[in-house]
Amino acid sequence: MSTFDGMLTAVVFLPLVGAILLLALARTDRRVRLTALAVVVADFVLAALVFIRYDADGGSRFQLLDRFEWISTEVFTAQYQLGVDGISAPLVLLTGLLGLCAVLASWSIKMRVKEYFVWLLVLQTAVMGVFVSLDFLLFFLFWELELIPMYFLISIWGSGRKEYSAMKFLVFTFLGSAFMLVSILALFLADGGAQLDMIGWAESGADLARTVIPISVVFWFFFVAFAVKLPLLPVHTWLPDAHTDAPTAVSMMLAGVLLKMGGYGLLRITVGMFPDMTVDHALILTVLAVVTILYAAVVTLRQTDLKRLIAYSSVSHMGLVVLGIGAVGVMGGTYNKLGLTGAAMQLFTHGTITGLLFLCVGVLYERTHTRYIPDLGGLAQRMPFLAVAFVIGGLASLGLPGLSGFVSEILVFLGAFKAFPWLTALGAFGIVIAAGYILWMLQRALFGPARERFAHVGPSNLMERIPMALLVISIVVVGVFPSLLTDVFDAGLGPITAVLGG
Amino acid sequence: MISEGAVWAIFLLPVGALAVNALVVRLFLNDRPSLAMFTIVAALGAAVVLSVWTLASVIENGTHIFDEYTWLTVGGVELRFGLMVDSLTAIMLVVVTSVSLMVQVYSHGYMKGDPGYVRYFAFMSLFSAAMIGLVMAGNIIQLFVMWELVGLGSYLLIGFWTHRPAAAAAAKKAFLVTRIGDFGFLLAILYLFFNRAAFMEQGLDPLSIADIQAAAPLITSGAMAALGGLGLTWVAVGIFAGAAGKSAQFPLHVWLPDAMEGPTPVSALIHAATMVAAGVFLVARFFPVFEASTEAMAAVALVGAFTALFAASMGLVMKDIKRVLAYSTISQLGYMMAALGIGAYGAAIFHLFTHAFFKALLFLGAGSVNHATGTFDMRYMGGLRRIMPWTYALMMIGSLSLVGIFPLAGFWSKDEILGYAWKGGSVVEMAVFLMLAVSVAATAFYTFRMMYMTFHGQFRGGVEAEEKEQGIPAEDSHGGKVHLAESPWVMVAPMAILGVGAVAGGYLVNPQSGLLGIPVHWFSEFVVPPVVEHGKALPLNSMLAAVTTIVALGFIGLATAMYVKGKRVDPGVEKAVEPVRRTVEAKYYFDELYEDKLVVKGFYGKLGGFLEWFDQQVVDSVVDAAGWFSRNLGWAFGRLQSGQAQFYGVGITSGIVVILVAYLVWG
Repeated sequence: MSTFDGMLTAVVFLPLVGAILLLALARTDRRVRLTALAVVVADFVLAALVFIRYDADGGSRFQLLDRFEWISTEVFTAQYQLGVDGISAPLVLLTGLLGLCAVLASWSIKMRVKEYFVWLLVLQTAVMGVFVSLDFLLFFLFWELELIPMYFLISIWGSGRKEYSAMKFLVFTFLGSAFMLVSILALFLADGGAQLDMIGWAESGADLARTVIPISVVFWFFFVAFAVKLPLLPVHTWLPDAHTDAPTAVSMMLAGVLLKMGGYGLLRITVGMFPDMTVDHALILTVLAVVTILYAAVVTLRQTDLKRLIAYSSVSHMGLVVLGIGAVGVMGGTYNKLGLTGAAMQLFTHGTITGLLFLCVGVLYERTHTRYIPDLGGLAQRMPFLAVAFVIGGLASLGLPGLSGFVSEILVFLGAFKAFPWLTALGAFGIVIAAGYILWMLQRALFGPARERFAHVGPSNLMERIPMALLVISIVVVGVFPSLLTDVFDAGLGPITAVLGG
Repeated sequence: MISEGAVWAIFLLPVGALAVNALVVRLFLNDRPSLAMFTIVAALGAAVVLSVWTLASVIENGTHIFDEYTWLTVGGVELRFGLMVDSLTAIMLVVVTSVSLMVQVYSHGYMKGDPGYVRYFAFMSLFSAAMIGLVMAGNIIQLFVMWELVGLGSYLLIGFWTHRPAAAAAAKKAFLVTRIGDFGFLLAILYLFFNRAAFMEQGLDPLSIADIQAAAPLITSGAMAALGGLGLTWVAVGIFAGAAGKSAQFPLHVWLPDAMEGPTPVSALIHAATMVAAGVFLVARFFPVFEASTEAMAAVALVGAFTALFAASMGLVMKDIKRVLAYSTISQLGYMMAALGIGAYGAAIFHLFTHAFFKALLFLGAGSVNHATGTFDMRYMGGLRRIMPWTYALMMIGSLSLVGIFPLAGFWSKDEILGYAWKGGSVVEMAVFLMLAVSVAATAFYTFRMMYMTFHGQFRGGVEAEEKEQGIPAEDSHGGKVHLAESPWVMVAPMAILGVGAVAGGYLVNPQSGLLGIPVHWFSEFVVPPVVEHGKALPLNSMLAAVTTIVALGFIGLATAMYVKGKRVDPGVEKAVEPVRRTVEAKYYFDELYEDKLVVKGFYGKLGGFLEWFDQQVVDSVVDAAGWFSRNLGWAFGRLQSGQAQFYGVGITSGIVVILVAYLVWG
């Protein structure tokens, strides 16, 4: 039974079409930029429409379906199947927003402009595809597709040890994917027919007894793939390198949406499809989460490179996602729901917050040509707009109420504390350390006396201010009116927590 | 009876002032900065009127609890916000809005010509709004939100002069130290929510403040066994941790003296009506929880009393006028906390009330002195009483009130606390009484030492002499100049109004005998909400009052002898106490202990250093050192990627296809 709404296909493939158009038609750099901008603006509008059209209150679990048979043999069928539920709809919106901001943040790219924007658009298609694919084969293809543009974007337009970092990113993610591939193959090779339809999994559960390898192996192999992507300790070391050496817009996409693929995978597949096993292993997840939060937070304090600092803080904050998921370890639907919704919220809010922080660092670097914190200082007076955006991003990152980060944190803590009070209390100490590294960073980078060597530094320009303003607005709006998102996540997570039996 | 909208307006008016100042004046009308001041003064002026109306309504009708609104719903749990307006809230609203209004008017004179003038009033609007929102919050999450926003306001205002490293450092320190306390507060909230089922059995909401107050007696009576025993004590201790951070109680007191780096009117606001008062308010707000736990009450009492004495001792030796006042604030907050700890709820809030007026006055006076001399260092002041008669007279009123001299406001509130401790008779109360009584002597001495060094004797050169002698680096300079003159009326008038409060705010609101139709002990009776068991007023113990007054006068006399008459202490004694003096001057080395030893050496150096080493040398090098990664695999991939990207994608896809085909053929 095929059905075709078309909107999700459009939101996924529009950037790819745009990339092809760029290759074929755009001649001057200026035209390349404008075309890319037009494409991401259109894709953002589509993404916003997807978010608006998703109906949290009624209708079926998965909406806006695009489905037809893609590969059909006598033993298995692979579907082209796209759809959104309450978990993915906000992430589609996030990807649209970050994609738009990333193109704006790339305005000053001078080298191999056309190629750069082509890869950036391909990246957006891949990430969108991951969030809306509801067939394992398709999901995996998008998951892998994302590696190619990322590799080139870092290794060509990056800085520092860019080839090393790009390769490290590739190898880590690729190894993670290999584990996932085994799991997917196991599902595919299940006795009595492949189980690649994610909707079927979600709605009726899969017959786990039929897989050819033990189901716990399938579970953990999926987990490894997502843990690398998120990342969790101890498979996180690719992230600081990749971020440090990537160009600004790529860091924004990497922290803003690519890491979220890991969190999304955890929610959609780990919790959504292996609920019983997740509950059984909630303690392990929580321990990993708390170790990640605290370890990464302490290491963040030590960083002297702005980008590396924010990269490590991302690792710490992604630990909160897993802490929220650990809330499934208690019998009680309310607490499960709070933790999982907090985890999902953290995906969205961290995406905008860290996107903003990387953008600010990029804007700052553009003018000062250094990210080495001890060399910075006194820039608040020279760049007031940037200072305001940077401070707001920083405050959101340390969980200040009124800004979006707080909402995710409080939900995660309320949920997880019931399941593992002592561990959650430990993890919550991360917010104190976060205040330390964020405020110390702001103090050293922005405040203090004006420095002579930055006398030439001028204020940010319009193309930099638009994305900063967009992200600041999204952070404030979600911070003040969180129900815009929590209602949607709540609806999306409902069927999952219902299965948990609380 | 006041309407819900009118109460919300008290909060929303300064929020509106923030929006107007940040988004309109700052962006479009920067050439007319005084609009920012008029905006906030108008907003707060209206808020004062509404606050008085609220107070009148509460006097007449008792506590108002309005319906809550839903902020978000997850899994059937609603996080809500609403209004809880009891007598405590009503009093706090009047204090916060009126003191803040005075400070804003004064600021117009103090901040004149500052390039950040508009930004200053935007931050002030935020700070005032957050504090107002805090005292009227009906839900503990809402309270926590406002609590953190008060912290944000103080961060922004302490670090207002961002170009000064000391200001940026002090702002960070204030936020971090209070956040350590907030961590405890957060855990208390989590623990309450952890026991949601127990609350729901009783038809209560674990996040509603009124319900938490209502639950406390149920827990004591055993109806809510889940939270019995140590459970409730942990909640109280967590809440107190938050309160101790904000109210700068030992051992989280270290941020407040450094907070001097903000503009002086900010200090006045922080020390009188916002921020530090929030901690005392928080304990009072959850007082039924504390009452239900003897251990928690004892902890609050002892920490408060110890802080009162400990901080007063440091006030004795400070050279910076604002630091003397800062330690004085910490000490007076200790009085309030100690009072709460021994159950003297009414007396504690009474002291908060009187203290707000005389301490705001003293800080504004210090700002006025700074306006004339350009410095805060009392060693370079002196002789100002003839030049600034108004400032001198008003600060003298504030000082006498602080010391607690009859019949000024501070006398009544302080003696009520002492009377309570005296009457109690338990070991805790005895200890509290002793520490507070000794603090009375110290307070008298440091206050008059400050007054004499500032206003008496000969003028010693102001900021010019200071910068010459101390060699202050340019970036740390306050940029002040010496122009010896009384401050403009826009600064003196608010001080005068606060001075009226410092004189009359004691006896008039809490008279010992019926006066002008005000009932005996009106304030102390009124402010104690019905949910609180202890804390009603005691009649004045005139014997005790006489003794403390004599002690205070004696130590004023000592200060007079030393700083006016120039009498020297016997050199032998001076030599003997030298090490003590040095320790106190070094603030008992707490800054060194926290910042250098614990944070920089321990946490950052040892732990951070180890983890960073571990991360790079162990975790990361496992990857690199495996060799295959950096060389073999890298080489292989290098070959692949040397040409075209498509190879890679093709490789993956073909790999999958091969596996599929293999399965189809042989499977």
